[in-house]
Amino acid sequence: MEYFIQQSINGLTLGSIYGLIAIGYTMVYGIIGMINFAHGDVFMLGAFMAMIVFLALTTFIGGVPVVLALLLMMLVAMLLTGLWSWTIERLAYRPLRGSFRLAPLITAIGMSIALSNFVQVTQGPRNKPIPPLVNGGVTIYGTGITIAYKQMVIVIVTAILLAAFWYLVNRTTLGRAQRSCEQDRKMAALLGIDVDKTISMTFVMGAMLAAVAGTLYLMFYGVISFTDGFTPGVKAFTAAVLGGIGSLPGAVVGGLLIGLIEALWSAYFSIDYKDVAAFSILAIVLIFLPSGILGRPEVEKV
Amino acid sequence: MSETQTLPKTGALLSVENVETYYGNIRALSGVSVHADAGEIVTLIGANGAGKSTLMMTIFGMPRARKGRVVFAGQDITQLPTHEIARLRIAQSPEGRRIFPRMTVQENLQMGASLDNLEFYDEDVRKVFDLFPRLKERINQRGGTLSGGEQQMLAIGRALMARPRLLLLDEPSLGLAPLIIKHIFEAIKELNKSTGLTVFLVEQNAFGALKLADRGYVMVNGIVTMSGSSKDLLANPEVRAAYLEGGRH
Repeated sequence: MEYFIQQSINGLTLGSIYGLIAIGYTMVYGIIGMINFAHGDVFMLGAFMAMIVFLALTTFIGGVPVVLALLLMMLVAMLLTGLWSWTIERLAYRPLRGSFRLAPLITAIGMSIALSNFVQVTQGPRNKPIPPLVNGGVTIYGTGITIAYKQMVIVIVTAILLAAFWYLVNRTTLGRAQRSCEQDRKMAALLGIDVDKTISMTFVMGAMLAAVAGTLYLMFYGVISFTDGFTPGVKAFTAAVLGGIGSLPGAVVGGLLIGLIEALWSAYFSIDYKDVAAFSILAIVLIFLPSGILGRPEVEKV
Repeated sequence: MSETQTLPKTGALLSVENVETYYGNIRALSGVSVHADAGEIVTLIGANGAGKSTLMMTIFGMPRARKGRVVFAGQDITQLPTHEIARLRIAQSPEGRRIFPRMTVQENLQMGASLDNLEFYDEDVRKVFDLFPRLKERINQRGGTLSGGEQQMLAIGRALMARPRLLLLDEPSLGLAPLIIKHIFEAIKELNKSTGLTVFLVEQNAFGALKLADRGYVMVNGIVTMSGSSKDLLANPEVRAAYLEGGRH
């Protein structure tokens, strides 16, 4: 039982990161019906931004409190990654809007390759380690269950971010504009909503969440490489589909589930096959529950 | 009177001049010219598929006119982005109502008021509720779950929330009970009288529309075939034969 709980905690930590990335997939899909395959690499880019901030802090200032360092890493990574994503959308996706459906998809795959190669060339192909930022943990009294402080950081940051994000989407003018574009872009334009700008903002918001996920990932594993966008990216995409693509709560639920499945599978079966488990879930979901756990069916009442 | 008017009236709030619109290669409007003066109620009548809704959407640049121009309050808006056209205070209750299905009635109305960032929301929503008390009862219900009539009221209410100078109504009577139609038409008349709101009304319900409007246009196959005062059109034998007698009274 202890082992199960321990693995579940590990799974939820991992799942939080997937959930944060999955929101970016699901939001973009919701608003323009496109799978942004470059999103995993945007996440990787975010992790690199955080690493660069970390290096800058330790090189030029040194001895910054960990909380402040993490906060700075997150904020700068959010800002810069948001800017990256805005540029990508502006240059690569917007000109293709209104062209045939596959065009932006292919472009997104191209953009994914371009981004990872760009990072490979500029940052080098080797793994980039950073020293551990957050050490230690607590053992729950009377059991062998340990919760590392860095796991707590991940869960708490994710929870705060999701609450802020929920507020933004449901209670602000920007959020309302986004939801209106998701439901009927033409009508939104008739009401004076700048649809292009709203779509841009959606990309920026998704990228910001991915940047935080990247920062947390870097803090948790202490290492990042240019290939690290792919696997978490595809897992997060799986999470988005599992939760019901287009549904924001679905992305979070899907992320947590994928994290749990992966951790528990590694614990009880084979760690080598953990990716197989996660992607088998994708296949099974697509067969038996095509609209996901919280997604709506494609057919809509007219 | 059976000639298409091509000369725009100067000083018109809205004037559509010799507009041609295409869907792909299919011409939907050819040489259409209509105008609406400030404070007028103008109606455009015609059968299904005549191009009435296309004209309404062309005013907003969706699709864009390939020839001719659209002028609003002296400004050429033919090439303006749709959302900027809306920001000039032209509001539309479009064909098919286009209620946001997964937003509540309140959020739909807030969308209408988003031009002013909800500054006048409380004030304006009261007026809309006076007009359509039904919406008040449904305030927290999702748009997609409303009946057709309620959606129509919401579409008009949402358009009014934008504080429009020009209100485009695309078949507000579609799918509504006669009593509600009467109510809506009276509401339009009242708004026009009390606030001087200019209304451009597209209708299949020719009789009701002409009764309400000051002037009217008749559209057939993407061409304006007749225009004149509502009184003249109502008395015109061609109009009577095609749109009034045997139709809805």
